[in-house]
Amino acid sequence: MTDTSRLIARRRRQDLVFNVAGVVCTLLGIITLGALLVDLLWAGLTRINWQFLTSFPSRNAANAGVLSAWVGSLLLMLVTVSLAVPLGVAAGVYLEEYARKHWITTIIEINIANLAGVPSIIYGLMALGLLVYQFHLGQTLLVGGITLALLILPVVIVATREALRAIPIGIREAAYALGATRWQVIKDHLLPYSAGGIATGTIIAMSRAIGETAPLVTIGALTFIAFLPPSPVQAEFPFVNLRWLNSPFSVLPIQMFNWVSRPTPDFHRNAAAAGLVLILMTLSLNAAAIAIRYRLRRRIKW
Amino acid sequence: MASRVTEPAPREEIRPAASTLMLGRGKRYLKDRLIGSLLFLAALSSVGVTTGIVAILVFESAPFFGHVSLWEFLTDTIWTPLFADPHYGILPLVSGTLVTTGVALAVALPVGTMIAIYLSEYAPFALREIIKPVLELLSAVPTVVYGYFALLFVTPLLQRLFPELPTFSMLSAGIVMGVMIIPYVSSLSEDAMRAVPMLLREGAYALGANKMITSIRVVYPAALSGIGAAYILGISRAIGETMIVAIAAGMQPNFTLNPAQPAATITAYIVQVSMGDLPHGSIGYQSIFAAGLTLFLMTLGFNILGHMLRKRFREAY
Repeated sequence: MTDTSRLIARRRRQDLVFNVAGVVCTLLGIITLGALLVDLLWAGLTRINWQFLTSFPSRNAANAGVLSAWVGSLLLMLVTVSLAVPLGVAAGVYLEEYARKHWITTIIEINIANLAGVPSIIYGLMALGLLVYQFHLGQTLLVGGITLALLILPVVIVATREALRAIPIGIREAAYALGATRWQVIKDHLLPYSAGGIATGTIIAMSRAIGETAPLVTIGALTFIAFLPPSPVQAEFPFVNLRWLNSPFSVLPIQMFNWVSRPTPDFHRNAAAAGLVLILMTLSLNAAAIAIRYRLRRRIKW
Repeated sequence: MASRVTEPAPREEIRPAASTLMLGRGKRYLKDRLIGSLLFLAALSSVGVTTGIVAILVFESAPFFGHVSLWEFLTDTIWTPLFADPHYGILPLVSGTLVTTGVALAVALPVGTMIAIYLSEYAPFALREIIKPVLELLSAVPTVVYGYFALLFVTPLLQRLFPELPTFSMLSAGIVMGVMIIPYVSSLSEDAMRAVPMLLREGAYALGANKMITSIRVVYPAALSGIGAAYILGISRAIGETMIVAIAAGMQPNFTLNPAQPAATITAYIVQVSMGDLPHGSIGYQSIFAAGLTLFLMTLGFNILGHMLRKRFREAY
């Protein structure tokens, strides 16, 4: 009797210790994240001001800024999204709604799973060899955007497929029963209903892409850019121009990498400040994704 | 009026109407088929990306292997393609990659697994719903920021414990890389553990096991193939990770297994060469594609292994 209760007490203690170990590990992750943020804020917060956001990089740490970098990051994301979303959604729709079980579709599916595991720097090498040196497109915003678009393509495809899969089959059957073709079902019903899910997945993918450094370094994005690409909007007809696509560029992560690699503490403070701006962009993208997902969960009831 | 009724004209009017409807149907279905083919091309483009990657890696590194024998590439222990006395042994870069990956896994696998067990078996529902997205932020932080953190926060911290640690070390880069891949390990492992049927746990409880025994002896083995897939995803992330090691581990190829030393990984070498101004077609330019091909094959092997494990995991219940 006493043996049994002692055994039970020991097992309970054992369980408690294990529970505490689990909490400690979880806290370890969260504390590291906190330390990283505090460290960045500590070093970089005082450096962030209007001058920092509106100045070009400079040899003098105190005069340097991230203007060309954050403009480059935003324009690059514009190219990336406008390439990755149409292509990724089209591929996802095909695989989910059109494809029959066929050896080609099996290959495509295995291929997408594998592409998602290819290191980002390999995409950079591919872009360097193919786009920069075979197609002679140069080290431009367009090439950077294509590279990152291909990098996030698997994520967009998977997000599209999951969003489509969540739509009940009854919606499709009802539309077909009224004589709609497959494309009409997709265009009028499936795409509008899955738009939120696709947007969430795409935004998450963008938050990864905006922090990508390695593939852009590989294609030769510059670190010292003291000018802005030509403006995409203009006063004369047709009001938009695409010359900016052929402009060389820098982005925030590359600017930060450049500053981290320098030995002086002044530049390290600049790096921390650039990191803060970058993290702010990443986190706001993540927050947007969470907000969309939350609204979606509340609104849609099949 | 009557004459108008007997006139064939109204019938003529109906007929074209009927045939335009038919025509419309045909057009609609033609359009449907056309769009289907366009969508198929989009799906096929992902295969084009893979083909492009493999073709470029092979095409650009072929002249390299014409110059350097495969035997030298795989057995020489010095990697100095850009020096006056060039050596082309990939081993120092591979050792750098494996050591940093090893350190990262030594951090991420135990911590990630414990987090997964805690969240799946112990934590109350509300807590889990908060902690999971917060932990996933760890993988959302840009890697260049992690590099900064490793070089300017973790390394000085470690230097207080081990004063002889150099400014650049695989240890510090590896630890931070481990923190970065914790969510890859913990999220997928937790999903796998939660997919284990409740009955198995209840069986264990009925035999008098506590939660810890149940987690370790019942749930963990039952979810092992899913957890294995999570581990492999972590490994393949660590092998391909670039910026953390490029910033914090140094860029000198160093054939050593000692994590307290600086060394270059395959990815760091590619970054280092890309930052310089190498002419297209030079041996240095070709060497980054040879290094990239090696990296691609390493991660491909792990990806295929992970794919096989996930397939088994799906068929388990």
